[in-house]
Amino acid sequence: MNTRALPLFVTIGIFLLAYAAFWLQFPNILSTRVVGNLLTDNAYLGIVAVGMTLVILSGGIDLSVGSVIAFSGVFIAVLLRDTGLHPLAVFMLLLALTTAFGAGMGFLIDRLAMPAFIVTLAGMFLARGAAYILSIDSVPIQHPFYDALQGAYWLMPGKGRLTLIGVVMVLTFALGMIVAHKTRFGASVYALGGGEAAARLMGVRQGRTTVLVYAFSGAMAGLSGIVFSIYTGSGYSLATVGTELTAIAAVVIGGTLLSGGAGYMFGTLVGVLTMGLIQTYIVFDGSLSSWWTKIVIGILLLAFILLQKGLLKLSQMRLAKGA
Amino acid sequence: MLLSIRSLTKTFPGTRALDAVDFDLRAGEVHALLGENGAGKSTLIKCLTGAYRRNSGTVTLDGAPIDPQSTAHAQELGIGTVYQEVNLLPNLTVAQNLMFGREPRRWGLIQTRAMRAQARAMLAGYGLSLDVDRDLGTYSVAIQQIIAIARAVALSGKVLILDEPTASLDAAEVRMVFDVVRGLREKGLGIVFVSHFLDQVFDLTDRVTVLRNGRKIVTTDTASLDRVRLIEHMLGRELEDATSHQALARGPRPPMLEFRGLGRRGTVEPFDLAVGQGEVVGLAGLLGSGRTESAELLFGLRNAHSGQARDQKGPLNLHSPRSAIAAGFGFVPEERKTDGIVADLSIRENIILGLQARRGWARPIPRAEQNRLADDYIRRLDIRTAGRDKRIGELSGGNQQKVVLARWLAMNPRFLILDEPTRGIDVGAHAEIVRLIHELVEQGMSLLVISSEIDELIAVSDRVIVLRDRRHVAELTGDQIAPNRIMQAIAAPYNQKERAA
Repeated sequence: MNTRALPLFVTIGIFLLAYAAFWLQFPNILSTRVVGNLLTDNAYLGIVAVGMTLVILSGGIDLSVGSVIAFSGVFIAVLLRDTGLHPLAVFMLLLALTTAFGAGMGFLIDRLAMPAFIVTLAGMFLARGAAYILSIDSVPIQHPFYDALQGAYWLMPGKGRLTLIGVVMVLTFALGMIVAHKTRFGASVYALGGGEAAARLMGVRQGRTTVLVYAFSGAMAGLSGIVFSIYTGSGYSLATVGTELTAIAAVVIGGTLLSGGAGYMFGTLVGVLTMGLIQTYIVFDGSLSSWWTKIVIGILLLAFILLQKGLLKLSQMRLAKGA
Repeated sequence: MLLSIRSLTKTFPGTRALDAVDFDLRAGEVHALLGENGAGKSTLIKCLTGAYRRNSGTVTLDGAPIDPQSTAHAQELGIGTVYQEVNLLPNLTVAQNLMFGREPRRWGLIQTRAMRAQARAMLAGYGLSLDVDRDLGTYSVAIQQIIAIARAVALSGKVLILDEPTASLDAAEVRMVFDVVRGLREKGLGIVFVSHFLDQVFDLTDRVTVLRNGRKIVTTDTASLDRVRLIEHMLGRELEDATSHQALARGPRPPMLEFRGLGRRGTVEPFDLAVGQGEVVGLAGLLGSGRTESAELLFGLRNAHSGQARDQKGPLNLHSPRSAIAAGFGFVPEERKTDGIVADLSIRENIILGLQARRGWARPIPRAEQNRLADDYIRRLDIRTAGRDKRIGELSGGNQQKVVLARWLAMNPRFLILDEPTRGIDVGAHAEIVRLIHELVEQGMSLLVISSEIDELIAVSDRVIVLRDRRHVAELTGDQIAPNRIMQAIAAPYNQKERAA
């Protein structure tokens, strides 16, 4: 087995262990209601984490996504309020806009050879500022099509609701897995994260790949914004502050190496669900402050960073012995 | 002729890296390309792989003229390259590395099973039994090199350029790689082999081409070539016009420093070195023989794994340059531009840099004192400049070198290491630096001089130590310091008992 895959198994192990411990205390946790809610409540985070996974695999980072989600919500709400456009048309417009926004950041990162951190930090302020310009207040979304989207669910056995946005998240992860693991573009992303010089020698088109990676992340942030607007039924420029960091945490807890080149899309799904599970536990318990979520996430993150360092040492030692 | 290069010229601003070089490669031969630093090997290879565009000359492959525009283009034409490192991606599997960019697809999706099968087929005939699903990084460097060769051969298939492929391999691994290379020669590939290890050149190659200062010196059959002649070609010196030892005949020096068993695994074999007061020790050897590495151990730039240093008073601590400087050592590095000067600072600032670092930043050297020091050294070392506050980056190489020297002299070290002190400077400055070395020794300073130019070593050294393959192999004194003796010591093959003295 490759040591690269080990963090993924650890992630899955932790998730199952947490679920089991949870189940001992609250047997209800196995009900499809909890599962349905887990998917619904974390849909927007999961979708944006798909884009973030690809960015981090390529050795980059995208700090703009939280602001882009907020911008998306306000953009949809304002357009639906002020124009007669159908929501689907607004969605298309928005996705085109956020994809182009991501592509533009990718272009700058590549052409100016600037750190992704700085370029996407600028993008973060830009998107948040644009949201404020559209509206300072929370704008409610009232449209029959939205009511239909919000009400769409499939009743699972045991009365759990598999909502539309939950399904969208699962489908997005399926798409992410295909892109990352089954396409030449995905292979190029791993190659860039593994080492730019070697990747270029092997024929990776660095510029094109970088632009596409950030365009993909922008598209995912737009989709996440749509899902978030369906989830909350409004658009608010102060929403999802810090979501980019939560997404990064989910990616790392999912076993992806923060420096790029190693990780799995499925791991990110497990990472998102693990974080959701902690939140659910705190709700079930009732006596704990919800800030405990942050503490547990912090501990988990630290544990994973240590795990990855340890694995690196281990594989180097094994190589030294074997060679 | 498989590949034929005629009067290829490549110039960079200020230098002519390649001057009308001819080179021929037959199908089914391994052709060594040799030369010291700056000889033009890398430039020639980069012109072949499309990394550089040549200024003039023709390159024909299989009789058709070619002009590679990029690495990928060169590969399409049939020229593949394997470098010393960074060829492939350690974080991808063996199969992914081999098939990268050519993965079998259906509906745009990579067919993993077919990819695995094709990767295995590519590795057939290389005598490896690998799990193609394992990450490349879990295999040893030798196997990674063979996989890189397999990929390059599959992609290009006519010419294979191996640019120091064995530099980080041990003896058994080198044999493994060589077996693969011989197999490819049987198959009719033309292979260009660049290496600093002469034993490997004699072991593997059919013909040798030597470059020096951008010119082709000779192409000949390896079997008919004698080691000493080869080294003469590389270092550019005829034995006939041997100059005698020019260093002033002086009596034995009082001992000052003593190093015992200093060594570092994979870098330099443990060596002993004693340096007397006012003595000049020369280090001779080819590029990659461990000269610079030895100096870096002495100066604490690299930490030794074994050995100790002591002077008349007791043991010395040399675990970092800072402690070496405290012990009275100085080091003028080979790479003047990157390791020596701070190009954006003035001459004055460059000179006082070391002195100021020793005083600590809390106690700045007064400006008047700085000016006095700078003017003093500009005069004493005859640094040609419009003034002390000129940017050092604007000076010529020889004058930059003098400023770096001045920086150390200002600190008055007792032991100064000069790594290639005359590299890339003109003849006039060259003579001045040799004169300066004599002057410093008169004042009682001890020097360690590393140089590829045997004449220079002969001119300045009281004692010459010869290195080969990361080992100190000979020590020459007195009348033994002559070009033929030095070259013989450099050239002597392995497993021959040698300790000239």
